[in-house]
Amino acid sequence: MKGGLLRGRGLQIYTWLVIAWLVLPIAVMILFGFNDTHGRYNTAWQGFTFKWYGKLFEIGDLTQALVNSLLIAVLTMLIAGVLGSLIGLALGRYRFRGSGAMNLVMFAAISCAEIVMGASLLSLFVTLAVPLGFWTILISHVMFSISFVAVTVRARVMTLDSSLEEAARDLGAGPWTTFRLVTLPMIFPGVLAGSMLAFALSIDDFVITNFNSGGTMTFPLWIWGATRVGLPPQVNVMGTLIFAAGVLIAVANALLARRRANA
Amino acid sequence: MSRLRAALTPYLLLFPGTLWLAIFFVVPTVVMLSLSLQSGDVVNGYAFTFNWHSYVDGISTYHDQIVRSLVYGLVSTVIQIVIGFPVAYWIAFKGGTRKSIYLFLLLLPFLVSFVLRTISWQFFLSDNGLLLGPLKSLGLVPQDFHILATSAAVIGGLAYNFLPFMILPMYVALERIDPRVLEAAQDLYASKAQTFLRVVLPLSLPGVFAGVLMTFVPATSDYVNASVLGGTSNTMIGNVIQNQFLVNQDYPTASALSFTLMALLLVGIFAYAKALGTEDVLEVAAR
Repeated sequence: MKGGLLRGRGLQIYTWLVIAWLVLPIAVMILFGFNDTHGRYNTAWQGFTFKWYGKLFEIGDLTQALVNSLLIAVLTMLIAGVLGSLIGLALGRYRFRGSGAMNLVMFAAISCAEIVMGASLLSLFVTLAVPLGFWTILISHVMFSISFVAVTVRARVMTLDSSLEEAARDLGAGPWTTFRLVTLPMIFPGVLAGSMLAFALSIDDFVITNFNSGGTMTFPLWIWGATRVGLPPQVNVMGTLIFAAGVLIAVANALLARRRANA
Repeated sequence: MSRLRAALTPYLLLFPGTLWLAIFFVVPTVVMLSLSLQSGDVVNGYAFTFNWHSYVDGISTYHDQIVRSLVYGLVSTVIQIVIGFPVAYWIAFKGGTRKSIYLFLLLLPFLVSFVLRTISWQFFLSDNGLLLGPLKSLGLVPQDFHILATSAAVIGGLAYNFLPFMILPMYVALERIDPRVLEAAQDLYASKAQTFLRVVLPLSLPGVFAGVLMTFVPATSDYVNASVLGGTSNTMIGNVIQNQFLVNQDYPTASALSFTLMALLLVGIFAYAKALGTEDVLEVAAR
C-alpha cells in the first residue's frame, strides 16, 4: 500500500509539472509586460515598471486591431450564438429526415483543418471578387463557430425533459409563448456556454482570419506581422488583460454555479 | 395544420444556420476543388481545364513538406498521449474534490492567443534567451547550442499547443469508468497492472481516439509553430499552402495542395478508426 501511496504522490507532482509547463509561456508574457525597456526590443529584463499599462493605447494600429478583434468576437458571439442554438435545438429535440446529414456537416466543420477551411473560403471570395476585410472575417468566424455552438446546445437540450413543454401546451400556451417561457430558460445555460465559446474561438483565431482578412488587422494578425521586428510591451499587457478577464469570468461563473447548487 | 407546422419546425430552426454553413463551408470546398483543376495565372485569369498537373507538380515539388507534416503531426500526437495520459488518469481517479480546479489550470493556455503563446516560447527558447542565456554564461551548454530552428522545437511547440485537447477527452473517458468495475476486477484477483491493462486502458480508448482526432488534424496542418519555432529548414505543408495562396497567389497549386492535405487527413482518420475497431467514429467524435 505504501508503494501505491508513493506512486500517487509521484503522479501528483508530475501533473503539477505538466501544468507548470502549460503555464510557463503565459508567465513569461505577463512578466515582460512589466519590463522597463527603453529601446525597441523587449528581450532582456531591465527592471519592474507599470508604465506600459499607462501607455497601453499608444500604438494606434495595434489598438485598432484589438478593437476589430473585440467587435468581431462580439458580433460572432451574437450571430453564431443564435444560428447555432437553433440548430442545436432542432437536433436535440426533434427526429426528422436529414438530421444525420446535418450531424455529418457539423462534424466535418469541427474536424476540418483550419487551413483548408480558410483556403477554400478564400477561393470562394477570390472567384466572386468579394473585397476582403472586416465583413469577410466576420463571415468566416460565424461559419466556424456555428457548429461548436450547436453541439454545446444540443448536449444541453438532450438532457432536458420535454414533458415540461407538453405541460405548457396543455395549459394553453402557444408555440411562441412555450418557447419564450419554458424552452428558452431551460436551454439558456447551453446557449450562454456556446456563445462564450464562439467569442473565445473568434478572438483567438489566426489561421482562417489570415486567409480572409485582406488588409484588415485583428489582434493575432497584428502580433504575427510584428514578430519579425519584435513585439512591443503593449502586446504583453493586452494579452495579460485578456487573460485576466478570462480568468475572472471563469471564476465568477464557477462561484455562481456553486451558489446555485447550494441554494 | 398544426401537424404540418410541427413537421416543419425542425427545418425552420435549421434553416438560417444551415444556409450559412452551405454557402460559406460546403460551397467553398467545391469551389476550391474546381480551382485546383484550373490553369492560368493571377494576371490573365483562370479557366477550368481539368488540369491535373497542379496535383502532380505540387505533390512532387513539396513532397518533403508533406511527409514532414505527417511525421511531425504523428510524433507530436504520440508525445501528447504519453505526456497527457498520466495527467488525465491522476485527475480522474485521484483529483477528488479539486478535479475542476485541475481542469481549469489545464485550460488556462486557451485564455492567451495561440500566436502569442507560440511567440512567447520563441522568446523563452531563443539562443541567448531566458533559458539558454544563463546556461551558456554558466558554461553548461556550448555557445553555439540552439533549440530554435530544430525539428524538436517545432514538435515540442505542436505538442504544447494541443495538449489540453488531448487530455480533456481522455479525462472524460477515464472519469466515466464506474469504480465498481475496478472493484470487481480486484475481487476477481486481478493485480493492479492487470486491472490497468485489461480494464482501465480499454475503457479509456474512446477518449484517446477523440483526443487524437482533435489534435492530429490541427498539428499536421499547422504552420504557426513551424514559422515561429522552426526557422527555414522545418517548413510544413501549411507554410507552403499559406505562401502559395497569400504571397505567390498561385491558386491552382495552393488549392491542389489543400485538397491533398484534406484527403490525407481524411484517409488517416478513417484508417486509424478502422485499425482501432471503432465502428461509430462519428458518434465518438460527435460527443
